[in-house]
Amino acid sequence: MTAAGKTKSARRLAFKLTRKRIIAILLLILGGFIFFESGRLDSELVTTLTFESRSTGEAPSVADIPVPTAAYLLLVGLLFIVSGALNLYEFEAVRWRRGSLVLLALCGALFIPTVIIAAAAGNDTNLTTIVAESLRLATPLAIGAFAGIWCERAGVVNIAIEGMMLFAACFGFTTLFFLRGTALPLETAQLLAVIIGLLAGGCIALLHGWLSITFRTDQIVSGTVINILAVGVTSFVRREYLLSTEAGAAKLGNFAIPILSDLPVVGEAIFTNQPIFFMMFVMLAFTHIVMFYTRWGLRTRAVGEHPHAADTLGINVNRTRWINVFISGMIAGLAGAWFSLEATGSFNDGMTRGAGFIALAAMIFGKWTPIGAFGAALLFGFSDSLGIRLQMVGVGFPVQFLQMVPYAVTLVVLAGFIGRASPPKAVGQPYVKE
Amino acid sequence: MIAAPPVLEVRGISKRFPGVLANDNVNLTLRKGEVLGLLGENGAGKSTLMNMIYGLYKPDEGDILVNGEAADIAGPKDAIELGIGMVHQHFQLVDVLTVTENVMLGNESVSGPFLRRDTARREIEALSREYGLDVDPDALISDLPVGIQQRVEIIKALYRHADILILDEPTAVLTPQETRGLFKIMRTLLDKGVSIIFISHKLKEVLEICDDVVVLRRGKVAGHADPKQSTEQSLASLMVGRDVILEVDKAAASPGDEILNIVNLHVHDDRGLPAVEGLSFGLQRGEILGVAGVQGNGQTELVEALTGMRPVAEGRFYIKGEDLTDASPRRVTERGVGHVPEDRQRDGLVASFTVMHNLVLCTYYQGAFSSSIVVDDRAIADNARELVEQYDVRPPIINNIAGGLSGGNQQKVIVAREFSRDVDLLIASQPTRGLDVGSIEFIHRQIIRMRDAGAGILLVSSELDEVLSLADRVAVMFEGEIIDILDIDEADRDTVGLRMAGVREGGQTVGAP
Repeated sequence: MTAAGKTKSARRLAFKLTRKRIIAILLLILGGFIFFESGRLDSELVTTLTFESRSTGEAPSVADIPVPTAAYLLLVGLLFIVSGALNLYEFEAVRWRRGSLVLLALCGALFIPTVIIAAAAGNDTNLTTIVAESLRLATPLAIGAFAGIWCERAGVVNIAIEGMMLFAACFGFTTLFFLRGTALPLETAQLLAVIIGLLAGGCIALLHGWLSITFRTDQIVSGTVINILAVGVTSFVRREYLLSTEAGAAKLGNFAIPILSDLPVVGEAIFTNQPIFFMMFVMLAFTHIVMFYTRWGLRTRAVGEHPHAADTLGINVNRTRWINVFISGMIAGLAGAWFSLEATGSFNDGMTRGAGFIALAAMIFGKWTPIGAFGAALLFGFSDSLGIRLQMVGVGFPVQFLQMVPYAVTLVVLAGFIGRASPPKAVGQPYVKE
Repeated sequence: MIAAPPVLEVRGISKRFPGVLANDNVNLTLRKGEVLGLLGENGAGKSTLMNMIYGLYKPDEGDILVNGEAADIAGPKDAIELGIGMVHQHFQLVDVLTVTENVMLGNESVSGPFLRRDTARREIEALSREYGLDVDPDALISDLPVGIQQRVEIIKALYRHADILILDEPTAVLTPQETRGLFKIMRTLLDKGVSIIFISHKLKEVLEICDDVVVLRRGKVAGHADPKQSTEQSLASLMVGRDVILEVDKAAASPGDEILNIVNLHVHDDRGLPAVEGLSFGLQRGEILGVAGVQGNGQTELVEALTGMRPVAEGRFYIKGEDLTDASPRRVTERGVGHVPEDRQRDGLVASFTVMHNLVLCTYYQGAFSSSIVVDDRAIADNARELVEQYDVRPPIINNIAGGLSGGNQQKVIVAREFSRDVDLLIASQPTRGLDVGSIEFIHRQIIRMRDAGAGILLVSSELDEVLSLADRVAVMFEGEIIDILDIDEADRDTVGLRMAGVREGGQTVGAP
């Protein structure tokens, strides 16, 4: 800042690194990379975007789109470079300013298709599968992020989502495991397992509430304690009770939404799916509506922003927090149940693999709004699915790097794009009535 | 004339906090349609008393009677149901919510679990019209100036059908014009049968608006006063318990060399928006330049830039001829600059340190208090004992934690630290905010003493009376600019008040088309 100049002209020379400029620089680098890589590709290479999986000879209901890879990448590379360059400059004229922002948005919109086309490089790639897979992998992240929103909007930090998920995954699966041999029909056993998962998350949340609301422990410490506890307790349970036999159970069954599942292409890929997947959309709508259109949501937000103000209006701050923390725990439990009951039908040590923390990142990236968090979770889900896809296609470098993709995206997104997020003001502060 | 019936009576209320008797057998009576003024020094127990009436504290002894009946007020909810509304000194508004949401919070109009914002909005609009409380129901609180936020607070109380309104220091944050506006609103409320308890430090205002005045001193009722037969002097004496000199006694200034020179200074606020836009002025030794202005017009950023706490966007400033633009706070301090910061708890003290360590925060590393890497606690203690005595810090215990002192005494610690150094330029920002008349008198005398000893003083205050009584020249800041610098002889309340509202010489409003 000392360089900020003495006179007007000096100020213009002084280069200020705004967030827009950081993005512009990233675009320039990326554009240059794409541009030069496109030159190395065989110009005959064609990537075909398809929309449904089909056996040979069957006529597609939606036409494929062939994309000449090298030419497309060349164009995109140029576009990135031009819009990066334009956005480096602060235009005085409104028209130019607006124009360069439109270009920036266009680059953003093209980003994901470009990654898909570049990754497929010459092969067929099924867009519907990618979308469906991204959504599927986004499920625990999105639901975890909603759990975070419930808690943090009421002013309680919840870094224990990871631990709550792990508890839920473990106890949900254990329930199913022990109900297997009984006379209960599978569906009922599975439903019970999910409910136990929810309650497990809720119970751990009560521990979090007890420590951080009643005893006013630092909420980060309380969350960390729960995360550590979760690792220990769940691996103990697994060793003591689950390892004795071949631990595996049926995954939650598919469920077809009437009418929607009859749609071509998306009907089968998206609208015929497992229950927790659908619960993600239910939780999205539920969280959004409760937070912004109901009395409870208004009170929750007030308590998270300015608890004393809420108190002076006769709102019981700590009761509001307790209830929100409990709901948060149950939602995190749902996300945890996804791992053991929906995705794998088994339980492994640490199987949530940090998803709780990525869910937190999604919540922050989405600025503590359900819709924003959902979008962020989708992005992370996409990069996750991309990692898996690239691994299957087989590219010329170690798979471990590909598995880093989601986490690298998280880092870049958090550091570069969201900038200063504004959390609820009272988050992390225990409320003490004078 | 028959006295109106009492709507609120407080009988023999006492409240103890650990180690303090905050209220001791307090009695007061508020009559229908009247304004009861409540005066008292900091820590006299005014807010405690009001918080008990509003249900935030529970009294240890005594009764509260509302409309003649004993009321059991266990929480704000009960108080609201009894028709008691309170506008707190620090507004209890949620910044990120709209006016409507803030007003309805806790008393929402709903259908099922869903909010009915439209219903609440209509009610707010009706209240706005009825009481002349103009406000946009859909505005976000964070976008509103404090004067309007206060209206929202009053609407909040009226929305809950309050007919007893407690205003805790409502004028502390207002310009003279806004205060006049508030008084107009208060008179409308009185006409509609609302009764008001008005807490203030400003004696002039109490005399103007109140029908009866109760003075609290150290938790006890020190006396009643009839505003028609009282003067500021008599009220002040009743409040402090001794005679107070309200007029600042000072000789004419004898300005010397220029000590501070600011050239075309631009500073941005926390959000990166311009807060100070092209300031240029000079300050001489031996004079007090008062910067008047409503809070939030760039004063904070100006002071932070001058003391090295905030980067300068453009322009320069020179202290004793030396360019100190963007110098570190320590370098600025070592050039003989004293700084009494606006927010004493955030920038003035380390609340968890003792008084004695707070007294050497900018000198602890110098020869007098440390040798090589070890600080000399004995020297620091000696220094502290002397200063505590000289500046009358109460209690005079140097090992007390600074955060535990009352606001006035925290301020005295800061003043002692900054004034006892070899200071040529003193930058004092809101030096008496929230202090009572006794402490104000003391700090004002110290500032004059510094001036007479040849220091240049930049006094930033949103308290117009303070600027007018201390300054030798008055600069008025509005929206990041100095819109006028007046000699004290030509600065009267009305002119300065108008300038503070952005009206330039010749009646042209800044920013008007």
